[in-house]
Amino acid sequence: MALPQLDKYAHVPWEEKERLFEEVTADPRFADYLYGCYECGICVATCPSARFYDFSPRRIAQALAREDVALVYEQIQDDIWECSQCFSCLRCPRKNNPGGLVTIMREVAVRHGLASAKQALEGYSRIIYKIMSTGTQVSPDMIRPEAFPDWGPSAKETGDNLDVWRKAMPPETMHTTSMSWDVADKTLTELYLIWHMTGVMDMIKAVDEGLHMILVDVMEEKLEEAGYPLS
Amino acid sequence: MPISLPVVQSAPAPKGRAFARSAPDPAEDIREKVFELEAKGEWIVPRVPEPWVPVTTKYGRTKKIPLQHTWHHKSCGQCGHIPGYSTSIFWLHRKLGLDYNDPRDQTSCTAWNYYASATSNSAAQAAVAVRNFAAAHETGYFPQIHCGTSYGHYKEVREELVRHPELRAQVRDIMGKLGKPLVMPEEIVHYSEWVYAVRDRIAARQVHDFTGVTVTVHPACHYYKLVQEDAIYDPDVYGGQRTAVVSAVAQALGAKVADYSTWFDCCGFGFRHILVQRDFTRSFAVQRKIETPDVTLTHDTGCVTTLDKSQFAAQAHDKKVGIPVMSEAQFAALAMGAHPYRVCQLHWHSAEYRPLLEKMGIDWREAWREFEDDCERIKKGEKHFLTWEDVDA
Repeated sequence: MALPQLDKYAHVPWEEKERLFEEVTADPRFADYLYGCYECGICVATCPSARFYDFSPRRIAQALAREDVALVYEQIQDDIWECSQCFSCLRCPRKNNPGGLVTIMREVAVRHGLASAKQALEGYSRIIYKIMSTGTQVSPDMIRPEAFPDWGPSAKETGDNLDVWRKAMPPETMHTTSMSWDVADKTLTELYLIWHMTGVMDMIKAVDEGLHMILVDVMEEKLEEAGYPLS
Repeated sequence: MPISLPVVQSAPAPKGRAFARSAPDPAEDIREKVFELEAKGEWIVPRVPEPWVPVTTKYGRTKKIPLQHTWHHKSCGQCGHIPGYSTSIFWLHRKLGLDYNDPRDQTSCTAWNYYASATSNSAAQAAVAVRNFAAAHETGYFPQIHCGTSYGHYKEVREELVRHPELRAQVRDIMGKLGKPLVMPEEIVHYSEWVYAVRDRIAARQVHDFTGVTVTVHPACHYYKLVQEDAIYDPDVYGGQRTAVVSAVAQALGAKVADYSTWFDCCGFGFRHILVQRDFTRSFAVQRKIETPDVTLTHDTGCVTTLDKSQFAAQAHDKKVGIPVMSEAQFAALAMGAHPYRVCQLHWHSAEYRPLLEKMGIDWREAWREFEDDCERIKKGEKHFLTWEDVDA
C-alpha cells in the first residue's frame, strides 16, 4: 500500500520554498501581524472559510511562527485563496492577524506568478481590468443575467433598463454605465502613474501577460496626453 | 513493527524571531502619532470642521464626526450595483441642510480588488488612499467614506504609514511626482458614523411610523473588526458589547431591533468569492440564521449585495426567500419620506421589498408609476437626467 505523500511539493527545490518564505517574513507588516499562537482556535471558530473549505487561519499563523518553510509553501499553493479577507480572525487574543498574513502570502504568490495564483485569478481578470483602468471596481453594466444567474429575477430587469435607470437618479456623478461614477481624466492619469511607480504593473505581468498588454495599451494614450510617455 | 514514514525535510529552528507580548488593550491612540508626525512636518493633517459631534469609540475615546462640509468618498459597489445607497446618503445631507461635496476627483480605494486578488501592494494602496485625501484637502472639504472596506482599509493604511517611515518616504515621493502633499485627515470617518451622529435629527423629521417594523442588523466586518478600537460603541446599545451604529439609528426611528445568534459572522462576501466563487458566498450568507425580520439593515457595500442577492439559490433548499436588505441610510431616508425609487432606488435590489414598504405606510404602486413616468420622459428625450429638483418637487 502506498504511503500518503506528506509533502506534496517535495519536487520543488528547497531553495525556492525558502526564498518565498523569506519574502513573506521580510514584509514590513509581518512583525505587526504575528505575535505567536495560543492555539485557542478563536480564529478558526469565527472564520467563514474554515466552515466551507479545508482552510485554517490558525495553521497559517502556526506555520509561519514555527518557520515551517515546507508547510508555508504548501499553504501559498493550496490554501490562501480560500480566505475571504473578512478579518474576523482579528478576534485573536494574541493580536495576530492571520488574514493579513494571507494578504502578504498572496502578494508573494502573485509577484512570482505561481500557478496557484494564476488559477485563483482565472475568470477574475475582467475585474482587475475594470479597477485598474477606470478607478472603480464594479460597474453597472456588469449586472447581466448571464453573468449573475443566481441573483434573482431583477438582474434581467436591471440589464434591460440600464441606460435609463442610470439617468433616473439625481447625483450628477452617477449617470454612468461602464464605471461606478464619473472619474475625472486627470484623476485616472494619477492612478495610472501610481500603478506604474509602485510595481503593480509588474505584478500583473507576472500573473496575466495578456491583461498586462491590454492595460498598458489603455493607459498609454492618457499618460502620453498628460506628458508621461510610457517608454 | 513500526511503519517507516517518509521524512519530510525538516524546517530550520526559528531564528532571530523573538515573540514579545503584545500591547494590552486598549491599544495606543494612533491619532496622537498622526499629530506627532504633523509636528515634525511629515504630513498635513486636515482638521475635522466645526461643528462636529463627539461620539465614543470601543475603549472610551472620543471621536469627532463632522456634521457637514464633507467630501464624499463614494463606494464603487454602492454606486455601481446599489445606487440608492449613495443617493440616500446625499439626500439625507440635503434634507438636513448639511453641505457636502460629491467629487469626480476620486478613485475607489481599490481595496476590494486588493483583498480579492492581491494584485497590488502596500505602497500602491497607501498612495491611492493619500491621493484621495489630498484631493479632498484641495477642495477644503473633509472626507466622509461611504464604503466599510474603504474605511477599514484606510485605517490600516494610516497604521502602516505611521509605523513604517520607509513607506511614508516612498509614498511622499510618489505624491511629489503627482504634485501633491502627503495628507492624513485628523479622523477617518465612515458615513454610518455620521448617520449615527444625526439620528435624532432624522427621527425629528420622521414622517412614517416604524414601530411595527422589526429589523435585524448585520454589522460589517471591515467597519468594526479592522482597527477595532476606532468603531463607535454606546452603552445604550447592546450594553456597549457590540458596535452601536445602525442599531442606534433603527432604535431612534422606533423600529424593533431583533437579536440573532450569528451576528458576529461575516456575510460571506469574500471579495473574489462574490464575483467568481459564488457557491461559497451563497452558502455562507443563507446559513447565517438571520431570523425572519421585516428587513435586514447593514452599513457596507458587500453586505447589502451578498445578503440581498444570495437568497435565491436557497430556494432549492426550501429556505425563506424574500427578506429585504438595505442600508440604514436608505431606511432612514424612507422614514423621512424619501421616494422609494427616485431616492432609495429600491428597484436595484433583488429580494422582495414591497410588503415592507406597505408596512411602513408607503404607497409603492404610486411611487413606481411616478418613477416610470420619469423613465418615459428620459426615453423620449424630454429630460436628460433626473435631478435633485425633480426629487424635491
